[in-house]
Amino acid sequence: MNQQIKNSTEQVPLSSEVMSPSSDMETFIKVINFNFFYGKKQTLFNINFAIPTKHVTSFIGPSGSGKSTLLRNFNRMNELLPGVRHEGDIAIDGKSIFDASIEIIALRRRIGMVFQKSNPFPRSIYENVVFPLRIMGRNKRSLLNETVERSLRSVALWDEVKDRLHENALGLSGGQMQRLCIARAISSQPEILLMDEPCSALDPIATAKIEELIVELKKEFTIVIVTHSMQQASRVSDLTAFFNFGKLIEFDHTHRIFTAPIEKQTEDYITGRFG
Amino acid sequence: MRPNSNRAVHFFLNHEKKTSLFRLWSNQLLTTLCVLFSLFTLVPLFSLLYLLIKKGLPLLHFSVFTKLPPPPGLQGGGFGNAIVGTITMVGIATLLSAPLGILGAIYISEYAPHSSLTATVRFISKLLTGIPSIICGAFAFALVVLHRGEFSALAGGVALSILMLPTILLTSEQALIGVPSSYRDASYGLGATPFQTIWRIVLPEALPAIMMGMMLAVARAAGETAPVLFTALFSQQWASSIMEPTASLSVLIYNFSALPYHYQVQMAWTASLVLVAMVTGINILAQLLFRRKFQ
Repeated sequence: MNQQIKNSTEQVPLSSEVMSPSSDMETFIKVINFNFFYGKKQTLFNINFAIPTKHVTSFIGPSGSGKSTLLRNFNRMNELLPGVRHEGDIAIDGKSIFDASIEIIALRRRIGMVFQKSNPFPRSIYENVVFPLRIMGRNKRSLLNETVERSLRSVALWDEVKDRLHENALGLSGGQMQRLCIARAISSQPEILLMDEPCSALDPIATAKIEELIVELKKEFTIVIVTHSMQQASRVSDLTAFFNFGKLIEFDHTHRIFTAPIEKQTEDYITGRFG
Repeated sequence: MRPNSNRAVHFFLNHEKKTSLFRLWSNQLLTTLCVLFSLFTLVPLFSLLYLLIKKGLPLLHFSVFTKLPPPPGLQGGGFGNAIVGTITMVGIATLLSAPLGILGAIYISEYAPHSSLTATVRFISKLLTGIPSIICGAFAFALVVLHRGEFSALAGGVALSILMLPTILLTSEQALIGVPSSYRDASYGLGATPFQTIWRIVLPEALPAIMMGMMLAVARAAGETAPVLFTALFSQQWASSIMEPTASLSVLIYNFSALPYHYQVQMAWTASLVLVAMVTGINILAQLLFRRKFQ
């Protein structure tokens, strides 16, 4: 199970072995023989791979390939849906997230999530950023103020909004709202940041800002990003996983996926000869 | 041959794509009919208001709010006790049905949206909205009046609460469903518990629509006659507790309009005017206070 494949250009069997592109990257999230079912329909098939700590890993693949489903399993968000079931395991930092001793709330507090459509709460910018602290019962004014400034600075939003922190967040532009959501996701200092197509509703300028931000944030967080933009995956991520029909087809260093993919399916997809 | 100039002529002379006169006319005709019929719907409302004001205004005076109803045949007085009675009974009904309805709606839409209990509750509520109000009165009569041996405002409140409950539950459920699921995703994704998500995010967002539904239920209950006739009966006196027969505007209108005295019939019109003003006032207040803010 723990076998690390040293040289990823070797043809590696995809099933039942944990794929990891390099041995010098420390594994943080490990997906082991993972199957996922939505009702009777299986949407993920025997996924095995390891996501390294403090790097950006992107998930690419056509719509319905299961990349978002897998992402939403990392913080067990899928369990909010009715009739879902999984087999296999996901381990974070060596411990199964499905273990009975794991508190689902505590798990989600260690993992920030950013959604496709920015979803700030309809209240002030300030209250949005401190929401994760408030739900943990931390209401000390100095701590909250400090957190707001730190979080907004790390998403490069502080200078734009510092004079209107107490205005409604819905008055921000689309790009600003998405950066606010990232600030909110990191304000309680999680270790992992999951991003589900965070730029798909943004214009190129806002997208460029978020991408810069992602590269900056990987110093502190393990980032997993689902994206439909191949350019985005190649610009921001260190590793890329290609999914198709619920299967992990290929997982490798991003530059190798985009210059010398091993699988024919991957090559067809990244060159646009797909479907 | 210059294709461009040719095309310009053809573009407008292309008869195959021209709308036929019949279609143009029938379109006009149907549009006119739609406008006319929508205007027609206003006729009953305005003629009713006109009649109420015309017939009710002569006796409308400050004293009708403070004085007791005149005995049959006599003149003067008012219906202060009936106004207080209606407000009391609707208040009791709201206190009983609003917590039940709102908490029930929270359960079925937030905690167990897919369970069979939810489907049952929703189905029964829809059935209950269709139950004639007189049945609610009869039920409260059997439940409270027969049990306690006397008519009371409490029994009237119970009857009205049965009437209000399904409306409050269903409108609250709709209000909660109307809260974008992206807010819930965000909240759960940040590690909030279901209670925190509902209390801090979902409920504040749904509150305007919930209050609106509640006000509509209140307005409807205020005008109901049958349930209070069965349960609170009527009284010529000021009520000293909620455990005794109590006057209400709707029953006063019912009683006085059937009397052979001109003055009492006139007073029934005035009471109708006051009742309609109260109900309309509640509706307008609800619209003003709880219109959604961020849209």
